[in-house]
Amino acid sequence: MSAFQGRDVLSIRDLSRADIQLVLRTARKMVPIAVGEKRSRALEGKILSTIFYEPSTRTRLSFESAMARLGGRVLGFSSAEGTSVQKGETLADTIRMVEAYSDAIVLRHPQEGAARLAADFTEKPVINAGDGAGQHPTQTLQDLYTIWDERGSFEGQNVVLVGDLKYGRTVHSLAYALAELGSHLTFVSPPTLEMPTEILEHVKERGLSFRIAHGLEEVVRDADVLYVTRIQKERFPDPQEYEKVAGSYRIEMDLLRDAKRGLIVMHPLPRVTEIAPDVDRTKHAVYFKQAFNGVPVRMALLDLILGGGA
Amino acid sequence: MRELRVTPIKNGTVIDHIPAGLALKVLKILGIGDSVTSTVTVAMHVPSQAMGWKDIVKVEDRELAAREIDKIALIAPSATVNVIRNYNVAEKRHLTLPDRAIGILRCANPNCISNVREPIESTFVVRSKNPLRVVCKYCDRELEDIVAHIL
Ligand SMILES: Nc1ncnc2c1ncn2[C@@H]1O[C@H](COP(=O)(O)OP(=O)(O)O)[C@@H](O)[C@H]1O
Ligand SMILES: [Mg+2]
Ligand SMILES: [Zn+2]
Repeated sequence: MSAFQGRDVLSIRDLSRADIQLVLRTARKMVPIAVGEKRSRALEGKILSTIFYEPSTRTRLSFESAMARLGGRVLGFSSAEGTSVQKGETLADTIRMVEAYSDAIVLRHPQEGAARLAADFTEKPVINAGDGAGQHPTQTLQDLYTIWDERGSFEGQNVVLVGDLKYGRTVHSLAYALAELGSHLTFVSPPTLEMPTEILEHVKERGLSFRIAHGLEEVVRDADVLYVTRIQKERFPDPQEYEKVAGSYRIEMDLLRDAKRGLIVMHPLPRVTEIAPDVDRTKHAVYFKQAFNGVPVRMALLDLILGGGA
Repeated sequence: MRELRVTPIKNGTVIDHIPAGLALKVLKILGIGDSVTSTVTVAMHVPSQAMGWKDIVKVEDRELAAREIDKIALIAPSATVNVIRNYNVAEKRHLTLPDRAIGILRCANPNCISNVREPIESTFVVRSKNPLRVVCKYCDRELEDIVAHIL
């Protein structure tokens, strides 16, 4: 029986280093099944509920694909519209109802802490698929898998996180996990969108040094991973200021001229203008692969939690 | 020898050894201000052997509920709560700061699930006791202004 059986995955902080490594190794074994080369019945007879109070295409579809590839079934809803939720049902009640229909629950909710609340009201394992500006641990695992798969390890890797580091939830969890795993972190953002001190404190506690920079040119040369996120217009009161800032964090061919050969460029997608399209054709671009990796990673998690033992 | 800065009370509660300056916050916790039905005496900046300076709050004809004592522990763990009956100290409670503050603080994050209609009590995990730092169990955010968020 795996250490994961029946467990909740609410925050990346709930997972130890060994837990993360187990998920990543399991995910790698899932790839042939994820692409349809091999067949699996590991989760035959199991039912997963996907409860989405907020629209999400990628996360929901990758969970559904993961469950189907392992022979299990999925039920649920993809928006609160037309459900008992609209009639004013509490999340606690909805979860107790859903629990009766399934073996595990995947929850996406617009409010922070929703997954933690859900887990308190059911014995069934709960997987957080994003709670407001809070946690989104399966996205973090997918990002970690991509780095590990492309770069071979975490330790000593120079990982540069670029963009909105203040409000972007994916970069907070990722920075936290990478510090646990021993990567060197560089944070590149406009001064008004810097990484929160709480995360910086954690990195320091791990005994790791980090760099804070405002320009990309200075850090791209020794980077192994460039993780790019979107800077949202709403963060800037002045549209011209936004254009200027967004422009200075755009990844273009010129910038990559002096980069290491093995540099990988990542993005949680959807991108707007953060990465120039001609970068897509370079060996650096791994963001579409990163998107695909969501399936084997979620397969691994489901298999470990629901105990298929594929 | 008994030091009595203010007139003795017959029955009630004396909250002693409050860190100097926090008496008004203790009054807030006790809900004193809106609908008081008995006499409340506050002594502020009183010399204290143990603390240098301290505040004292005396409430006549009222004994505190456990939840009120928990709230005081949160902001003034050094305080002692003395129950006065017939002019004498009948009970003396030393406060202990709990590891979790349940149902006594409101999360400052308006988008936290603990702030909507759900059948749960707000829960904060005490991350550090000195200085006091608490983190919401649900949204993981640290509560900056603890006193302002006492329920
Ligand atoms: N009858 C009373 N009326 C008002 N205050 C009192 C009364 N009896 C004791 N106190 C106050 O209650 C606190 C606790 O009293 P006591 O146990 O005698 O002192 P200490 O805690 O310093 O040993 C002190 O601040 C004291 O002044
Ligand atoms: Mg005394
Ligand atoms: Zn909260």
